[in-house]
Amino acid sequence: MVDPYRLTVPEIIAKIDNRELTAEECLSSFLTRIRKIDGKINAFITINHEAAFQRAKNIDKKVRNGERVGTLRGVCIAIKDNICTKGIPTTCSSKMLEHFIPNYNAYVIDKLLEEDAIIIGKTNMDEFAMGSTTENSFFGPTKNPWNLSYVPGGSSGGSAAAVSSCESVLSIGSDTGGSVRSPASFCSIVGLKPTYGVVSRYGLIAYANSLEQIGPMARNVKDLALLFNTMIGHDSMDSTSTSTPYSDYSTFLVDDITDFKLGVPKEFFGEGVDERVAKTVWKGIDKLEALGATCEETSLSTVKYALSAYYLIAMSEASSNLARYDGIRYGYSENSKSENWNNFVSRNRGRGFGSEVKRRIILGTYALSAGYYDKYYIKSLQVRTKIRQEFIKTFNQFDVLIGPTMPIPPFKIGEKIEDPLALYMSDILTVPVNLVGCPAISIPCGFVNNLPIGMQMISPPLREDLLLKASYSFEQNSNLKDRGPKI
Amino acid sequence: MAKTENISKQKIEHIAWLARIELSDEEKKLFTLQINKILEYFKIIEDAKTEDVHPTFNILGLSNVLREDDVKPSQSNVEALKNAPIKERGYFKTTKIV
Repeated sequence: MVDPYRLTVPEIIAKIDNRELTAEECLSSFLTRIRKIDGKINAFITINHEAAFQRAKNIDKKVRNGERVGTLRGVCIAIKDNICTKGIPTTCSSKMLEHFIPNYNAYVIDKLLEEDAIIIGKTNMDEFAMGSTTENSFFGPTKNPWNLSYVPGGSSGGSAAAVSSCESVLSIGSDTGGSVRSPASFCSIVGLKPTYGVVSRYGLIAYANSLEQIGPMARNVKDLALLFNTMIGHDSMDSTSTSTPYSDYSTFLVDDITDFKLGVPKEFFGEGVDERVAKTVWKGIDKLEALGATCEETSLSTVKYALSAYYLIAMSEASSNLARYDGIRYGYSENSKSENWNNFVSRNRGRGFGSEVKRRIILGTYALSAGYYDKYYIKSLQVRTKIRQEFIKTFNQFDVLIGPTMPIPPFKIGEKIEDPLALYMSDILTVPVNLVGCPAISIPCGFVNNLPIGMQMISPPLREDLLLKASYSFEQNSNLKDRGPKI
Repeated sequence: MAKTENISKQKIEHIAWLARIELSDEEKKLFTLQINKILEYFKIIEDAKTEDVHPTFNILGLSNVLREDDVKPSQSNVEALKNAPIKERGYFKTTKIV
């Protein structure tokens, strides 16, 4: 029999239903796998060992008794460590929250548990989701399973590496400016950034709330769609929560993209985009055309402002959101003695936060300060309006916009970490989507020197169905779907 | 790099103080350098024509989302204090504020 950790979601469910496999055996297979290889990858911060076994046993009992079981029965899932899990440490990869244990579940966690998924552990990330490589972690960097000297992308690098290396079937990340799509691209898996509002952010530890969404990650499009189905729904605990037009996205997994209109913005292949990446993604676009889609070049002239506007907005929101970490109600705290309160809080924050977090809070505070508020913050929000208008207008002509997810192939750990601006530049193709609020997916497209390259597709708001259909067709007709890292 | 310094080390010190983040001397020097480089790049948005363009704070265009003022259960005192570094008699405890 195939090792259970290599199975897809429908395979696991089928085997559990016909009693070939128990949820407990399946979980054991993953935990053994993690024990064997995670020392090399460092995808996990916390393994939810005991509670996971308890749940697996419960699910097996329900199956034996013929009781109702959920749509993800027995399926292991890894959760990014900025999503609150009751009773399980949730650190944001920060010294600030090293010992933080939430006393409530995020909305998506409750939904997953309702559907009988098993939370196998919490995954490594860039501290407070600020980064593109998973190197900014208090718990050390995550390695790319395809080559351990390379970064896995970020900030949801642990979630991507765990799924890519079969340490979990599924995972969940968050995407503020590409944090699901970047690691999905670098680790050769599928990652979706949903339309802003369709997945509740209740229980997601806030970084930049007008931009971020929780998103599903999987090794194939079908698994991803099944996971996405469980994550959506209106939540009164999130005032920006909206409903989706569909409830079952697996119905869109049809291998047929005739009549699909693809737009290729020339800026997605412009300055800063590596030639090898461009070539690989063009081959992917050619394939979609060969499958019956029509493809036309277009232009998004405002995207050249996207990176600056994105970072200014994200940093401004971060400086406000992260003001809550004072080390009094929770979080890292020095011995207070009886000193001045301001010094006490400043020291907690100075020592509890890592460099990138401090840099972004300072930049955000600056952009919101008197005299600079209009110049930086309001200006960025106006630029956001212009970018959004241009995207919406372009969507009148196309079903899907397409290009590379990342402008460059995966690079070596340590290669860029000393130069924050160079790292920001790697987000140049992913951030426009978060400013607009529309959905986007990254799917495996090919390799350069045995390192994965991802293709990004972007659709109008609430049209995840188009992304899934196009991705599924591409996947079914590519030779990439059975290729995994040798680890 | 051309020395068009946007922001001095003293200014970084002041902003870090506003943000209540204690920085070491080394961090102050490094951040000044890095933040200047980043702000230099951000200047590109000055070229965007945004006269009479409304700022987008939230893409959903929501203003107030209201609900009935019903009391619902919330966490208990004991639970709310669970992650507090220092507590006393059911309260958070911290250093003297005034």
